[in-house]
Amino acid sequence: MIALGRVTIVTLGGVVAAALLLAGLNLLTPAANALHVPDFAIPLFGKYLCYAMLALAVDLVWGYAGILTLGHAAFFALGGYMMGMYLMREIGARGVYANPVLPDFMVFIGWNKLPWYWYGFDHFWFALLMVMLVPAALAGLFGWFAFRSRVSGVYLSIITQALTYALMLAFFRNDMGFGGNNGMTDFKDILGFALNRETTAVGLMLASAGALAAALALARAITASRFGKVLLAVREAEARTRFLGYRPESYKLAVWVVSAVIAAIGGALYVPQVGIINPSEFSPGNSIEAVIWVAVGGRGTLAGAILGAIIVNLGKTWLTSALPAVWLFAFGGLFIAVTLCLPGGLIGLFAGRRRGAEKARGTVSERQHGPAERAPRGVVG
Amino acid sequence: MSAADILRLDRVSVSFDGFKALNELSLALAAGEMRAVIGPNGAGKTTMMDVITGKTKPDAGRVLFAAQVDLTRLDEPAIAGLGIGRKFQRPTVFEPLTVHDNLLLALGGDRSPRFALWARESAAERERIDELLHTTRLVAERGRRAAELSHGQKQWLEIGMLLAQDPKLLLIDEPVAGMSDAETAATADLLGEINRSRSVIVVEHDMAFVRSLGVTVTVLHEGAVLAEGSIEEIQADPRVVEVYLGR
Repeated sequence: MIALGRVTIVTLGGVVAAALLLAGLNLLTPAANALHVPDFAIPLFGKYLCYAMLALAVDLVWGYAGILTLGHAAFFALGGYMMGMYLMREIGARGVYANPVLPDFMVFIGWNKLPWYWYGFDHFWFALLMVMLVPAALAGLFGWFAFRSRVSGVYLSIITQALTYALMLAFFRNDMGFGGNNGMTDFKDILGFALNRETTAVGLMLASAGALAAALALARAITASRFGKVLLAVREAEARTRFLGYRPESYKLAVWVVSAVIAAIGGALYVPQVGIINPSEFSPGNSIEAVIWVAVGGRGTLAGAILGAIIVNLGKTWLTSALPAVWLFAFGGLFIAVTLCLPGGLIGLFAGRRRGAEKARGTVSERQHGPAERAPRGVVG
Repeated sequence: MSAADILRLDRVSVSFDGFKALNELSLALAAGEMRAVIGPNGAGKTTMMDVITGKTKPDAGRVLFAAQVDLTRLDEPAIAGLGIGRKFQRPTVFEPLTVHDNLLLALGGDRSPRFALWARESAAERERIDELLHTTRLVAERGRRAAELSHGQKQWLEIGMLLAQDPKLLLIDEPVAGMSDAETAATADLLGEINRSRSVIVVEHDMAFVRSLGVTVTVLHEGAVLAEGSIEEIQADPRVVEVYLGR
């Protein structure tokens, strides 16, 4: 396990170091300096870090428990909406209609009273609590029914798609009270810090890096525990775990809820950095994209999910501005190429190379390897 | 049928889409007994295992464990918790985990996610795993991933996992399928050893292996018991010969 701990530590350190470096180069160097990081890059990297949290969440359930979720962006978006509600209330009387309580979109559709489910969102701590509780409750309910009735495999994947699609349709409706089609935007500040100030952007990006690092450490602790071993056992031979006396559904439910909360926190940090949340965040394509990030980075490795999310999104940012027409083809091609040629993902490539080098040197015999170090694709933690 | 029966199937019937997999099957196993169950394909051997372990709910009948618990009301983990272990036909072990961890997960103890999250391997667990590695001749393979074991070693690992559960009754489905002669003989020894402290039901096709066990044989046919007795009696029974060779 030591070698794998190293992968986690390197990833953790890499994320935090990159975030600090970008922050420093942005704030401390003059704009004319060749090393200066332009302002636009800060929230962009912050966005990648949030996506990386979504990818981490997907990997936790797909890589370790074998639950191929095609709807995880639903939890990400829900977390985002909870944060959006707080940011809307923070605007206060500074909105176009200058209503001190009602967000603009409610005044626009002729509401004159704040719906009960918007109560409390003027407090940051309450919003933060809801960011975690609401997606956790939804995931708990969904998972309880799905896992208890032993829905699995492709059927489960399909109902996760249905879940996010249903939420998208619901949030599109104006009378849901979440801004309908347009969602929520025009945010002014967070905790009193103006969102248009550079230091706020840097602060949010660093907070995202911190949250991602914490989520990675948590996910790693879970997967390295006996609980994590049972998850792998369930993934490989669910019936066997039952005949050994385990209840796979409780394990799946537990990891599913934890994963949903990680995704939701990612979504909550995402919204103030991109400045908008609308129902398109629920669109099924987003969830599928997240699965591809994980596949590209290396399923069942945690670090790979983070790597995949950041690298694929870097590529997306570059390609969609350089050759917008090509992006979807490149993305699809990448997925096919990784599935065919790199089943262990990018991380598998590194791990395979290191193992090969050790063997060539003859320093480590096959037997002496730690169990996890030789773990092939899917098990590196 | 005495009160000392560890397992008693009482007129158990199961049908799948009109096909009667078990047809009022009744069978009793005394505590400490080893029983071999044979029968042609489709006789209901695997369905019988499924019913006992809770995977399949029967349409009618009862399955009494230790003369008091009706297993048909329980699900798989609950039945496993009572002390009934099951070995699958194909070796089913946790391939990405090491041999050591496979045994660790099988050891008796708390099965809740909360416990598993905080569990640390105790000295007692380590010691028990050492014992099991000896019993199943897998000491040298402790740190290897189960996926790398040979077919026979996987069968033994699975048997080791069942022993780790410390069951009162073991159900073993075709343990020597695909094994070499030496492995088959070693497996017969291993089952004999296991039977010293536990009741065992073995389903097997290999007649030489069944003979080497030297236990009472039950022949299933079309979901019910056709004959029961020593292997010699069974092989002399014209009905059994008819079922196996008649068609």
